[in-house]
Amino acid sequence: MKKILALLLAMAMVFALAACGGNSAPAATQAPAAEAPAEAPADSGDAPAEAPAAGEASGTFKIGGIGPMTGDAAQYGIAAMGGAQIAVDEINALGGPVQFEFQAEDDQAVADNAVNAYNTLKDWEMQIMVGAVTTGSCVAVASEAYNDRIFSLTPSASSTDVTAGKDNMFQMCFTDPNQGKAGAEYISTNFPEAKVAVIYRNDDAYSVGIRDAFYAEMSDSIVYEGTFTADTQTDFSVQVKAAQDAGADVVYLPIYYQPATVILTQAKSIGYAPTFVGVDGMDGILDQEGFDASLAEGVLVMSPFSASSTDDLTVSFVSKFQEAHGQLPNQFAADGYDCVYAIYNAIQAAGVTADMSNEEICDALIAVFTSDDFSYSGLTGEGMTWSTAGEVTKLPMAFVITDGVYVKP
Amino acid sequence: MKKLKTTTKIDFATYLGVTLAFVIVYSLQKAGSLSNAMNSWLVPICSFIVMAVSLNLVVGISGELSLGHAGFMSVGAFSGIVTAMSLTNAIPSGAVRLVLAILVGAVFAAVTGFIVGVPVLRLRGDYLAIVTLAFGQIIKDLINCLIVGYDSRGLHILFNISGQKSVTDLHMDEAGVAIIKGAQGAVGITKLSSFFAGYILVMITLIIVLNLIRSRTGRAIMAVRDNRIAAESVGINVTKYRLIAFVTSAALAGAAGALFGLNYGGLLSSRFDFNTSILVLVYVVLGGLGSIWGSVIGATVLYILPEALRSLQDYRMLIYAVVLILVMLATNNAQLKALLGRVIPKRKGARSNG
Repeated sequence: MKKILALLLAMAMVFALAACGGNSAPAATQAPAAEAPAEAPADSGDAPAEAPAAGEASGTFKIGGIGPMTGDAAQYGIAAMGGAQIAVDEINALGGPVQFEFQAEDDQAVADNAVNAYNTLKDWEMQIMVGAVTTGSCVAVASEAYNDRIFSLTPSASSTDVTAGKDNMFQMCFTDPNQGKAGAEYISTNFPEAKVAVIYRNDDAYSVGIRDAFYAEMSDSIVYEGTFTADTQTDFSVQVKAAQDAGADVVYLPIYYQPATVILTQAKSIGYAPTFVGVDGMDGILDQEGFDASLAEGVLVMSPFSASSTDDLTVSFVSKFQEAHGQLPNQFAADGYDCVYAIYNAIQAAGVTADMSNEEICDALIAVFTSDDFSYSGLTGEGMTWSTAGEVTKLPMAFVITDGVYVKP
Repeated sequence: MKKLKTTTKIDFATYLGVTLAFVIVYSLQKAGSLSNAMNSWLVPICSFIVMAVSLNLVVGISGELSLGHAGFMSVGAFSGIVTAMSLTNAIPSGAVRLVLAILVGAVFAAVTGFIVGVPVLRLRGDYLAIVTLAFGQIIKDLINCLIVGYDSRGLHILFNISGQKSVTDLHMDEAGVAIIKGAQGAVGITKLSSFFAGYILVMITLIIVLNLIRSRTGRAIMAVRDNRIAAESVGINVTKYRLIAFVTSAALAGAAGALFGLNYGGLLSSRFDFNTSILVLVYVVLGGLGSIWGSVIGATVLYILPEALRSLQDYRMLIYAVVLILVMLATNNAQLKALLGRVIPKRKGARSNG
């Protein structure tokens, strides 16, 4: 009898959950008409009028997003897709001829799940893709999207493998090698003669990609390199002590912010105070729960986005994101937001309409993105342009954490 | 038909069921009535069926707990990818390269299985579980150190233990292509796997595993599982038979890995982590330990379930877990079994032999 009761209870739970899930599904694509007239980003006029415009852009485009919404990497996917959703809502609220429908699918940061998510979106008749968020997934999805001729702009998949040999793939974030090079340039300019230590995660494509480029530039100044893996990112006492013993006065951390919080805490506890230099994955460190943000004082973050910037666009985005998600947006969210607006501008410049086929939209958008006079300014940079390889060109920004906020040095 | 034993009937029913399912799905696919999402499930389902059936050979038939089955899949996947990609110019036919890749994947995984199995299977107790768990982790880390590329001079392999090397250290000529880039995984893979190939592999796996179980060797393996001392007393070489089951299982997992790896444009070694091993174990346990057709159904249903729940968005993994618990409860429910027993009178006999 008890077992039957248990079964019944469990079934009731499934249906209750199913009901919740069902209700939330359509909400994702509806533009909130009630929302205050969203200000378009200051730059939406940047799109060149003399672009190869075939006509007036119009129609409702279906944009698909792929990112990890569950699993270990869920925060990146939720942030990027949340940012994209805000941009879609703003554009729809403008009421212009170009409208967007947006659907995000979960891939758990696993490549084969990403391909399933991609095909689910294809069944939904996706015309343009924002994704995938993580590099491994994006490499797998990119080859599918290339075969199907679907234009794709990834917010954060930063490896060069994502775009290699695929003319339809574009990146909103820096490539890993570019970021490593930018870090090396910054350190050699601002800290000449410095002894540099690197602590990186050697089972992570992102971390290794940045480190390889950084090492190629800086190998003479590097006195210590420490590694860790996903399974060992809770204790860095060995690496931090070794960096201290090697006499490093700059520690470069091409890693995400969660392990970085542990490194900062452990460095503090042994009285080691070098200059820590983080990459864009370091963004978010100030909001990490249970982390004493004062430990991050003086840390250099080479991030394209800072939630504490005071320009109108950032302030408006941050408040909207906080309203929707209850936390400060990180650079993933900003990248997602910029992706949608870059696509929006390109659609207008290309003059494509929603009833065109994927191939036509793809070719037209590729032509616009790679044209010399197309540039986009948004949350993560001014005057971004794209090369034919799909890589973005924008200025890296470095911030120093001072009194708990990002300040330009 | 009357003369056939019940077990033989079940085996033929399994072959027939799989073939029937294949014919139906294949004709639907050719008629274009499958959605894109469904099309993308087919090859991974075939891979995971092979994974589940081969793991069942170890867990259900041989009675050992293996927690590193994904490690063999990983070995098969990456060796298969290297084989298929480095032969691109030598063998233009994709199908031939796929077959070669699957064979190479199976051989590499079998050798690895042999190396792992020889010392461990001599021991009594749960050592296999511990060692295979560690093996899964080791393989993941080893492949993170592996840099492989090929150019006109052939294959270049670099083992990056110091962590300071990258693809440029392979010193390939200009036409060189990197296949595995350490932690950045295998990239630029040409997709070779097809549903038809998947079906063939599933059938070969079933034929190998079912014939092994019903053979003299299979009975010896099960005797060792049921009572090691009794088995030893009648002269059965315990280690040998356990090793046969384990290595066969590893080889099949390697073949499944090669099929899986060649179905995607990119693959990371972290895909084959502990979670994947456990996932396959869940397929096996849910399908029924020792029941081969159960593994086939378990893998198919549990692969489709989270994908079919996509419309529930964020709740899907939660519901997936609840459904898992439900199925476990339901399949162990005495009343439900009694009910089934009344509906299908012969079920009792079928179950004990399944």
